[in-house]
Amino acid sequence: MAELLIKEGRIIDPANNLDTVGDLLVDKGKIAQVGKVPDTAQTIISAHGLIVTPGLIDMHVHLREPGDEEEETIASGSAAAVAGGFTSVACMPNTNPPIDNEATVDFVYRQAACAGLANVFATGAITKGRQGKELAEMGQMVRGGAVAFTDDGSGVQNPAVMLRALQYVRMFDKAILQHCQDNAFSQDGAMTSGYQATVLGLPGMSPLAEELMLYRDVQLAKQTSGRLHAQHLSTAGAVQIINHAKQQNIHITAEVTPHHLLLTDQACQSYDPNYKMNPPLRTQADIEALRQAVADGTVDCLASDHAPHLRSEKELEFLNAPFGIISLECALGLYVKALIDTKIIAWPRLVEMMTINPARILGIDKGTLTPGADADITIIDPNHPWRVEVGKFKSKSRNCPYDGWDLNCRAVCTIVGGKVQFQLKSDPCLS
Amino acid sequence: MPQETADKAGLKSAQGKTKQKFTWHRKHLLSLQDLTREELVHIMDTAEGFMDVSRRSIKKAPALRGKVVVNLFFEDSTRTRNSFTLAASRLSADVLEFTATGSSISKGETLRDTARNLEAMGIDIVVIRHNAGGAPHLLSECIDACVINAGDGYHEHPTQGLLDIFTIRQLRQDIRGLKVAIVGDIAHSRVARSNIWGLHTLGAQVYLVGPPTLMPSAVDQLPVTVCHNFDEIIGEMDVLNMLRVQFERIGSSVFPSVLEYARLFGLTVERMKRARPDVIVMHPGPINRGLELESEVADGPNSTILRQVSNGLAVRMAVLFLVNQAATLEKKKSK
Repeated sequence: MAELLIKEGRIIDPANNLDTVGDLLVDKGKIAQVGKVPDTAQTIISAHGLIVTPGLIDMHVHLREPGDEEEETIASGSAAAVAGGFTSVACMPNTNPPIDNEATVDFVYRQAACAGLANVFATGAITKGRQGKELAEMGQMVRGGAVAFTDDGSGVQNPAVMLRALQYVRMFDKAILQHCQDNAFSQDGAMTSGYQATVLGLPGMSPLAEELMLYRDVQLAKQTSGRLHAQHLSTAGAVQIINHAKQQNIHITAEVTPHHLLLTDQACQSYDPNYKMNPPLRTQADIEALRQAVADGTVDCLASDHAPHLRSEKELEFLNAPFGIISLECALGLYVKALIDTKIIAWPRLVEMMTINPARILGIDKGTLTPGADADITIIDPNHPWRVEVGKFKSKSRNCPYDGWDLNCRAVCTIVGGKVQFQLKSDPCLS
Repeated sequence: MPQETADKAGLKSAQGKTKQKFTWHRKHLLSLQDLTREELVHIMDTAEGFMDVSRRSIKKAPALRGKVVVNLFFEDSTRTRNSFTLAASRLSADVLEFTATGSSISKGETLRDTARNLEAMGIDIVVIRHNAGGAPHLLSECIDACVINAGDGYHEHPTQGLLDIFTIRQLRQDIRGLKVAIVGDIAHSRVARSNIWGLHTLGAQVYLVGPPTLMPSAVDQLPVTVCHNFDEIIGEMDVLNMLRVQFERIGSSVFPSVLEYARLFGLTVERMKRARPDVIVMHPGPINRGLELESEVADGPNSTILRQVSNGLAVRMAVLFLVNQAATLEKKKSK
């Protein structure tokens, strides 16, 4: 008898152009059948009124291990991921020590296996120690399982180094994920430059810091035919640059976070460091441009940039607090609020941006419900009003500005490799 | 309209002839941006009343007797600190001096912890200067005592703004319609910002003068006129507020040299010839002689720099008095 049968859900699988009501059969940890399936399985889940998708993928999370285990571990981060409906995440290498060699890449996979919850894919640093000077051992890291390379937390400042990185990485057919930030334009900045920064008396980071590096890297990608991915886009100007690059068939992809689709720099008026992140919150015009970019394909995927921090650090003065907020456990609901409730896109596009698109960028065999594929499945209730309670998060950290937000959509069941790793008890649709 | 007449007669003492329909209810003074016209006038009227104390032979008033005022200074400052210390002493308060270096701060203690520790010893008012904009705001949210902002990052320096405006009021009575130029590094100036908000609320026209590289971003969205040519507008101004230029803070990438600055934006004797004969020349201090002001101008008849210092004392006494009054009122209500 097969392991698992999910019945009568709205199955959305953009990789296979599928959007239909039907059943999903899982056996031996793989997708066995999609369509009308007779009732035979050890476990049956009724997905009536729910949406069934390939397991959601978040390609930009910080799991803080090794080195900052008080903030988050691969285990607690995995728990947060599955609670948010994510079956796979790609974690960033700005740990302590940074993940810039095969041994630390391997460590990530071992810890993920111990946790046994979500699939965790390691990204490696582009440069040794993330210093931006010498290329890191990308070949060895690929051998260890690294799926992409990034110095995230910082951008590679030296254009010659970035050029070499894009050339070098071509032999492994992996992407360079760039945190676009020219330090000369943004040093010491705490929020976006502009009226708010001026009135609040805080040093600002110009949008140019992001846009100039992005424009530079697009030219380098063009020159080298390397695979470039722009992380956490935040400005209308950046959207234009990506658009123009894509028109020239340059191999570039881009992601956007929930907060850059929902919050502006006005939120900083409270001086609450839960509104301090990098890139910073921008203006309403930028939000609108990013939402439009999601609709027209300029932006390829959604990624949370889940960045845990200690309470003591986020309780410092805005100027001195570290950048970053967490959102794995409510990101899905936030994307729906920003993009679907506003009628900017429909469900198939949202699912595409959270499944097959990130899978392709990372070159991983995930993000589809093709028979034979790993049974990573997310069951989503699109009509599930709930209030975000940060105090109940599975994450170790609490630095989240969405506490108390009322959202309408929630992942109710997360299945990884055919095993149910998260199930919302309160949802009546599950047996 | 009684309020208007009270405003016009700015020199009337707060104790005597002005009608006090207004009650001060703010426990904290964090910014001038938040204050209404009535509130600004009330502080100045109260300050007026305290001018007298500094002229007596025994310079004491008992208003804050038995109260503890803490000077919590995370940034170097002798002038403002001394001013607050003296103001608190004149009101008979006990003053606690707390500097960042050599204290628990240098051992890594957070602002919150420092403040809570002090509060545990029983304090009433904290005067805070910090390099992070918003630090006084944070403080006001985590302790019960009154918080007075003595300068936070590039955000505001409310008592400096108040004493500047008070000085102008002393000499011109009506602020409305006055043309006030603020000259210098506006981008990094909390003094400029406090002045902008206070002057704007009271109806003055504010002109910001300086090089484009020293103007804050989105400056055109502030209620000001921006000007890069000092000589062009100096003849129309009623007040020239010369800000201190801190080259160590800016670095030469923002401005080529001290000489260039002095020639373009310094208030020289030559430049003063273009100004109105009764123009008010101000400076928050400390002065860089020969840079923002030529010596003769600093010491000349238009200069109100020393008057600013005495006014500063009265204004700070007023602020200490008022926040304490509000806190006392709050405590009474909650009983």
